[in-house]
Amino acid sequence: MTAGSITHPSAASLRDVMLNIKDLTKIYPTPKGDYVVLEDLQLQIMKEEFVSIIGHSGCGKTTLLTMIAGLNNISGGNIFLNEFPIAGPGPDRGVIFQAPSLFPWMTALENVLLGVKQVFPHASKGEQKDICKYYLSKVGLEDAFHKKASELSQGMQQRVGIARAFALRPKILLLDEPFGMLDSLTRAALQDVLLEVWEKEKITAIQITHDVDEAIFLANRIIMMTSGPRAQVGDILNIEFERPRDRKEILNHPDYYHYRKHLIDFLEH
Amino acid sequence: MSDIGISTKAMGKSGVTFSPLKVLKGFIPKLDTKAIVKNALISLASILLFVLLWHLGANYLFNIEATAKIEKARTEQGAEAAAQMEACILSGDVSCQPNTLPSPQQVIVAAQNLWADHLSISAKKTAFKAKVATTNADRKAQGLKPIKYTGRPSFIDQILTSIKTVFAGFLLAMFIAIPIGIITGLNENLKTAFNWLIQIFKPVSPVVWLLLVFMIVKTLIRDPELDKSFIIAAISVGLCAMWATLVNTSLGVSSVKTDYMNVAKVLQLSLGKKIFKIIIPSSIPLIFTGLRITVSVAWMVLIAIELLAQSPGLGSFVWEEFQNGANDSNAKIIVAMFVIGIIGFLLDRVMLFVQQSVSFETQ
Repeated sequence: MTAGSITHPSAASLRDVMLNIKDLTKIYPTPKGDYVVLEDLQLQIMKEEFVSIIGHSGCGKTTLLTMIAGLNNISGGNIFLNEFPIAGPGPDRGVIFQAPSLFPWMTALENVLLGVKQVFPHASKGEQKDICKYYLSKVGLEDAFHKKASELSQGMQQRVGIARAFALRPKILLLDEPFGMLDSLTRAALQDVLLEVWEKEKITAIQITHDVDEAIFLANRIIMMTSGPRAQVGDILNIEFERPRDRKEILNHPDYYHYRKHLIDFLEH
Repeated sequence: MSDIGISTKAMGKSGVTFSPLKVLKGFIPKLDTKAIVKNALISLASILLFVLLWHLGANYLFNIEATAKIEKARTEQGAEAAAQMEACILSGDVSCQPNTLPSPQQVIVAAQNLWADHLSISAKKTAFKAKVATTNADRKAQGLKPIKYTGRPSFIDQILTSIKTVFAGFLLAMFIAIPIGIITGLNENLKTAFNWLIQIFKPVSPVVWLLLVFMIVKTLIRDPELDKSFIIAAISVGLCAMWATLVNTSLGVSSVKTDYMNVAKVLQLSLGKKIFKIIIPSSIPLIFTGLRITVSVAWMVLIAIELLAQSPGLGSFVWEEFQNGANDSNAKIIVAMFVIGIIGFLLDRVMLFVQQSVSFETQ
């Protein structure tokens, strides 16, 4: 596979590294002794890269993501964001959770505004609201600003979740199987929405998924993780499709089945 | 956009909107005429059956009591007295009626009497007020206290007093239980510190609470102008009823979804914002479940507490009637019983609607 200047880590200078994971280890103590989820995991994510992490259930994908988010303690090693080690959670790492996790007593706008107020405390109220409205419109919710989150469908709630994460203007986006709970039609629609917003904003993104097709459609690079315990990066696949991507074109592309076979071969071993 | 024009912010900062239309919808169920007619017929039939059984039961008890009375007269005073007693009972004379469970008719008559009594007392009150109006105006000008009507309260006055007491007790319970519930829900150590207190005092009987409150209030409040018995009753009601709210609030606060807390962490919300924007709103449904139980408990213990505190109200009405032993006392007690039941039911309904209108869970 050819090495793009951005997609290939070794070719890039250290300045282009957004997230640097070094010797990362996670150990859960259990009564029967320590359970090692991740051991000495190494991973570098470049600026403006979209990375999918794929692996079997229980391999520690979500553990890895929550550690990057700062919601889970690091047992060993380090995670550097822009060369600074992370300490605790923060809005510089926007998270889109598997469940939409909106506050049901707030409207769509209020849900997004809560974060925007934290990140842009000096902006005027009007400006803050404009930021929220911009991103909500981007995800196709221009008619639902003032709807209660509890009145929205699952798919629409996740759209708000996407808007909320992008509106924080984070350095990195962390997506924890964001479409795992949706039906396949809604899922495809939301992948398109996510990609559309992402291609405008180019925020470095790490997405966890079970879905091989989703990973190929969205990512520049797919990280395949070995099954736990002591999970590691097993293999990395570069996806060379040009952006902006079109679902139909990708499905008809000869490389598509080649990528797919590579991933499935890995997962079936 | 929502089609509801006015939507007042009832919970202030928390952002839970309270829509009048939603509440109204609760009062007016969907119109399904067939189901309504069917339910009305079933309810009506069961009410008739209940009244019939009551009537038969009351008759049966009346006969036992009457026979016993005649037999007693026979053994103590001879056959002639017995015959006299029988005639007296049959004639319906007030002086010799058997004292037992009143029949439905007697209760209805008693209710009518109580209403008539209320009207006459109100008329007296208005007349009294008109009479002393000028005097009171003079007294006010001189800085003296106005002359108050000190006559006997009517049944309706006593109902209103009871509602007032229960409302005061409920407010007190709310102001004590919700803050303590939030604090104990937030902090594991404070929860441990409060836990023994909650566990031990929760099952204490209303009567004991009353005595405790009496000991304290008696010492603290020395102003004879203040209505001490009302204060004692209200505080006791509050203390008895607050536990459900306290426990539910604490549970609601300590069991906020992990996802919500994770969002709060990612956004680095300050402690104040975390509490007022996330923790409290998310525990509102459980807090209101607690408040609904608190209202029911408050109303239930109120009667016993009023009775003992000699605070005017339905409780003392019932007790006075029982002590009084007049001919229609028993019937009046049954009237009070129905009134207590119906008001309790209405209070519960009101709380249910409030609870539903603040709940954000998808119905």
